[in-house]
Amino acid sequence: MDRNDKNYKRALIANRIAQELHDEDFVNLGIGLPTLVANYIPAGITVHFQSENGIMGVGSAPTPENQDEDLINAGGGHITALPGACYFDSATSFAIIRGGHLNMTVLGALQVDGKGNLANWMIPGKMVPGMGGAMDLVTGAKNVVVAMEHCDKHGNSKILKDCTLPLTAKGKVTLIVTDMALIRITEKGAVLEEIAAGLTVEEVLEHTEADLIVADNIKEFDV
Amino acid sequence: MAKVITSKQAAEMIKPNDRLMIGGFLAVGAPELLIDELVKANVKDLHAIVIASDYENRGIGKLVANKQLKSAQVSHLGTNREIQAQMNAGEIKIELVPQGTLMERVRAAGAGLGGILTQTGLGTLAQEGKPVIEADGKLYILEKPIQADFALVRAFKADKLGNLIYNKTARNSNPIMAMAGNITIAEVDEIVEVGELNPEEVVTPGVFVDYLVKREA
Repeated sequence: MDRNDKNYKRALIANRIAQELHDEDFVNLGIGLPTLVANYIPAGITVHFQSENGIMGVGSAPTPENQDEDLINAGGGHITALPGACYFDSATSFAIIRGGHLNMTVLGALQVDGKGNLANWMIPGKMVPGMGGAMDLVTGAKNVVVAMEHCDKHGNSKILKDCTLPLTAKGKVTLIVTDMALIRITEKGAVLEEIAAGLTVEEVLEHTEADLIVADNIKEFDV
Repeated sequence: MAKVITSKQAAEMIKPNDRLMIGGFLAVGAPELLIDELVKANVKDLHAIVIASDYENRGIGKLVANKQLKSAQVSHLGTNREIQAQMNAGEIKIELVPQGTLMERVRAAGAGLGGILTQTGLGTLAQEGKPVIEADGKLYILEKPIQADFALVRAFKADKLGNLIYNKTARNSNPIMAMAGNITIAEVDEIVEVGELNPEEVVTPGVFVDYLVKREA
C-alpha cells in the first residue's frame, strides 16, 4: 500500500464512512468520492440510496447497452433502479432531504471547521457552480458526513479554525473522515477519535489547523 | 380539455421579457422540442427558472448558447461553462437558489401561498436580504413565491384533459412547474383518449395544463 496513492486514500475514506451505516438507513451520497461509499457497505445490512433528482433505491451503473436516458443520478450518470425503488418529483425529493428523513448525507468539502461549518459551493471570483442541493442536504440530514482529503494540493489543512469561504451551512457537520483522521463534531468541540493506520496523533495534529480534542482511547482505521 | 398545438405555435406565444419555468434536471426531462423551437424563434431577453443550466448543447443550455436569457433563477451552473462566462461578463443576471428552496418557491406560486419558511441557507449568502422569522423557537428564512408567465414541461404521456404521467427520473421539476405557470405547456411523447389513464397513476392533474405538444415519433 502507498499512503499517497489517490485510490488508496479514496478507498480508506469511503470504507471508513461505510462502517457508520446501519441496516435500513436512507442515505444520499454526493458526487465524486462520496459515491464510493456504496462499494463498502458492511455485509448483512441493507442501505437505501436516494438521488435528489428524484429516486429512492439507486442501483449500480448499467452496462452501456442497458442505459436508459430517463434514468440518471444527480451527477448526470446513468444508474439502475433496484426492486422496490420509487420515483418522485423534486419537491418531494427535497421534503425527504429537508424534512429529516435521511439518516446520512455524505459530501465533499473545500473547507470545514471545528464548529461543524462547511464550505463547498463557491470560491468567490474563481468558481461559482452554485449550491445545487447541498445546502438543503446539509441542513436536513440527521448525519452530515464530510469525505475529503485532509490537506489541499499545497499541503494546507482543509480543517480550519474558521471557514473563510462562503458557507454551505452553519454548524451542521457531524463527522469528518479524511485520509488521515476521523473527527466527530460534538458539543464539546471537534474530537479526534481515530487516525489512519501508520500515522501518529502528532502527525495528524500537525496537519490540522482546527483545535482538536484527542479522544482517550484513540483507534486506527484502515481499508 | 387541454388544447393540442404544434411546438411552433407554442414558441410563438412567448415574447421578449417573459418569465419561463423550464422542467428538467441536467437535461433529463427537459422539453427539448419546445426549447429547439424557442431557439429557432430567437426570442431574446427571457428570464429562466430552472434547476440547472444543463449542458451547452442540451436542455436550457441551448437557450444560453444562443444568448436568449437575460436572467435566471437556478441552483446549479457547474455543468455549463458558457453560462458562467456570460455571468462573469455581466451578460446574464443569476440568482442562485438552493434547489429545495427553488422547488418550494415555485410550488408556493402554484399553490397560492405567500411564501415558505425554510432553515436551508441560514447563516449563508442565501439568507442575504431576506427576512428571518422565528416560529416556535426556531429561525427560518422567509422565501417568496416565484411566478412565471409560462411553464414548459416534459411528460411521458397525457390524456386529452391534460392529465400527465412521467417516466422515471425525467419527472423531477416538471410536476412542480406544471402547477405554477400562468400558462402551462406540456411536451409529451404520447396523447391518449380521456379515460385511458388510470386515475390512480396520474401525477399532474390536467387542471394545471393548458396546452399539449406531441413529440413526433
